Amino acid sequence: MRETFLSTMDDALAADPRLVLVLADISAASMARAQRRHPDRVLNVGIREQTLIGVTGGLALTGMRPVAHSFPPFLVERPYEQVKLDLTHQGVGAVLVSAGASYDMSYAGRTHQSPADVALLDTVPGWTVYVPGHPAEARRLLLESLPGDCSVYLRLSVQANAHPHLGVGFQTLRDGRRGVVLAVGPVLDRVLPATEGLDVTVLYANTIRPFDGKALRAAIGESADVVLVEPYLAGTSAHHVTEALADLPHRLLSLGVRRDAEVRLYGTPADHDAAHGLDVPGLTFALKDFYDRAER
Amino acid sequence: MTTTTEPDLSALIARMTGDEKHSAAARSTVDVLWALYDRVLDISPEKVHDPRRDRFLLSKGHGPMAYYAVLAAKGFLDPDELDDWTSVGSRLGMHPDRMRVPGVEISSGSLGHGLALAVGTVFGLRAQRITDAKVVVLVGDAELDEGSNAEAIALAGRAAMDRLTAVVIDNSSATHGWPGGIERRFAVEGWATRRVDGRDHDALYDALTTPHPAQPLCVVAVVEPKER
Repeated sequence: MRETFLSTMDDALAADPRLVLVLADISAASMARAQRRHPDRVLNVGIREQTLIGVTGGLALTGMRPVAHSFPPFLVERPYEQVKLDLTHQGVGAVLVSAGASYDMSYAGRTHQSPADVALLDTVPGWTVYVPGHPAEARRLLLESLPGDCSVYLRLSVQANAHPHLGVGFQTLRDGRRGVVLAVGPVLDRVLPATEGLDVTVLYANTIRPFDGKALRAAIGESADVVLVEPYLAGTSAHHVTEALADLPHRLLSLGVRRDAEVRLYGTPADHDAAHGLDVPGLTFALKDFYDRAER
Repeated sequence: MTTTTEPDLSALIARMTGDEKHSAAARSTVDVLWALYDRVLDISPEKVHDPRRDRFLLSKGHGPMAYYAVLAAKGFLDPDELDDWTSVGSRLGMHPDRMRVPGVEISSGSLGHGLALAVGTVFGLRAQRITDAKVVVLVGDAELDEGSNAEAIALAGRAAMDRLTAVVIDNSSATHGWPGGIERRFAVEGWATRRVDGRDHDALYDALTTPHPAQPLCVVAVVEPKER
C-alpha cells in the first residue's frame, strides 16, 4: 500500500499543481525523483514532526492542498496538538497518510506502533478516516481525497486482503439473520473464515469516519447483536454503534487491539494478531462465544 | 521616512482592560504592531482575501489587546467592538480566532505554533510563484522555550526564506533565558538578525525593512522586562 501511495502521489503531483507532499525523512528517498521534478511541491522537513504538521497547516492557509506522510506515531501522536490546532482549529484541511498501522512494525516494538491513531482523531471534529484493506482501495481512496479541502486520514498497512472491495459505504458481503459483524480494512480476510457457519451479516468498511450508522441499522436482522472488528484499538467505533442503535435493545462486542496492556512482543504481525485475538482462531472463538450466549 | 499620526492606541486598549496603565502582555507588543501595520506591511481590510497580500501571524496569542487595538485603528474592526470583548456576544477572545476576526491570519494562544505555520505559508506562496509577499510572525522570548520553534527556525534557515521575518518581543520573560542573546539562536541557523529598541518606531521600521537576500530575518525587539 505504501508503494502504491508513493507512485500514485508521484503521478498526481504532475497532474495537479495545487498538491504538495510534505515528508519528515520517512519515504523521502523513494520520492527523490519527484522532488527533483517539483522542488517547491515535494518538501522534506527532516525529522521534525511538529513542523511537519505546522508546515502542512501553513500550506493549506495559502490555498495549497498538502499531503503529509509518516509513520503513525509520528504523524498523529507526537504532533497531536498540531493536528488539532494547526489544521482543524485554523479551519483548514489536509490529507494525512500514515504507513505502518498498529503493529505492522511488530519487530520494532512499541515506539513504532500506534493502535490509538483513529481514537485520537476521534477527539478532533470533522476528519474522514479511510482504512483500506487492499492497495487498489488505497489508490482509489487517495485519489478521492486529493481534490477539495477536507481533512482526511488515510491509514495504510502491510496487512491486506486478497481482493479489493471498491464499493462505497459499508458493503454487505454476506447476509444473515442473527446479527451483524462489521470488519474494517485488512481484518476482513480473517473475519470471513471466522464467520463461516454463523448465520450473520458481514459488512465491510474501508471508510470508517464518517461512520455509516444508517447502513449498520439497515443490516440489523432478527437480533441486534453487533460485533466490531477493527485493526486498531478495540472499541474505537463503539460510540458510533451505540448512537446508531440508541433506541434499540442491542448487544455489542468490540474486537481489536487490546487496551488493557502493552503487548511487549517482537515477532511478526501474525504473532501480534494471535496475541490480540485477531487471528482466525481467536476471532472464531470470540464470535461463536458471543452469538452462542445470545441463544442461552 | 513617512510620518503618520498615531491614533490613541492606549485609549483603544483601555476600552478592553478598563485600565489606562494596561497589562504587560498588551503593552509589550503595541509599538511593534503599530510599526508593522502602519509602515511595513501591505495589508488592509480590502485585501484580506488577496492571495498576494502580506501576512502577519501573531504566534504569541495571549494578551491580544494591542493587536485588537491596532486592527481597530486600521479599520479591520469597529472600535465599539472592543467594549464587550471576551463576552459571549463578542468575536474577540483572550486568544484570537481567525475564523471570526477579519484580518487575523492564524488562530493562536497555545505557544509554539506560529513559526511553523509561517514557514508553511512561505512554502505555499513559493509554490504559487508569489514572490513579493512578506510573511511576518511575532513570537515572545519565552515562547522560544517551546521546542517546536527550534524545528521551524532550522528549517526556515535551511530553506533560505527571504520572505520570512520573525519578530521576537524580548521582555526577558523566558524562565531560563537565552545566554548570548536570542538572535544567536537564529544566526547559527542562517538567519539575518537585528536587535533594536522595541519602543523606537524609527528603529523598528529600519530593522523590519533590512534587506536580507536568501536569508530569513529575525528582529529582536527589546522592551522593558516583564514584571514578576
